[in-house]
Amino acid sequence: MIVIRIEYFAVLREHVGRAQEDLSTTAATVGELYAELDERYAFPPVGRVKVAVNDEFRDWTAPLQDGDFVVFIPPVAGG
Amino acid sequence: MSHFAFSRGPFTPERYRDLVLDPVAGGYASFEGWVRNHNDGRGVLRLEYEGYEALGIKEGDRIVAEAFARFPIARAHCVHRLGLLEIGDLAVWVGVTAAHRDAAFGACRYIIDEVKMRVPIWKKEHYAEGDSGWINCEATSADAPAGSVPP
Repeated sequence: MIVIRIEYFAVLREHVGRAQEDLSTTAATVGELYAELDERYAFPPVGRVKVAVNDEFRDWTAPLQDGDFVVFIPPVAGG
Repeated sequence: MSHFAFSRGPFTPERYRDLVLDPVAGGYASFEGWVRNHNDGRGVLRLEYEGYEALGIKEGDRIVAEAFARFPIARAHCVHRLGLLEIGDLAVWVGVTAAHRDAAFGACRYIIDEVKMRVPIWKKEHYAEGDSGWINCEATSADAPAGSVPP
């Protein structure tokens, strides 16, 4: 098991009901982590989600390490 | 220093304009994005911007660096508001200086277009009817292209 810190923003933060959590997981990739959380929280359909690990954009196949900081990024709307 | 910043409170372009002054510059182009009172045919009362600041500053700075690579400009900077905004408030400012105006206009346009598409900022509109919604995040499952979420 590894421990991952996850921070939620915007529509996902409101859906989950908190801004961050530490999760013990066996997920090997960020894609597996998302699937685990989607099963728990049943994320609403928000369109194309991206992911960042340790404040950099990553592919869904990126491996996870103990202590990683993960943010799921729903469609953006700056400007 | 990053060429992109967030502002948690109201700001004026004058506060940041000095950052793009340069003796080689013969022109200054800027863009101001304001909060408007309608969107998609609905009355808007106010809105909220939420940002993932650590990544947003990196991505915004990368966008300005791309503008420097694409256009012969002197200086460029972008500031985006976060928090609760009222109608007419300044939401985003881009300032670019260059020896000649074509580069300043082009780079200014490039920066605002890319910031809107790429920087992790989310906008929640509060409507006249009392409801609210996160812009671009109201997709249905059918809207999501294949592979949009991990397998």
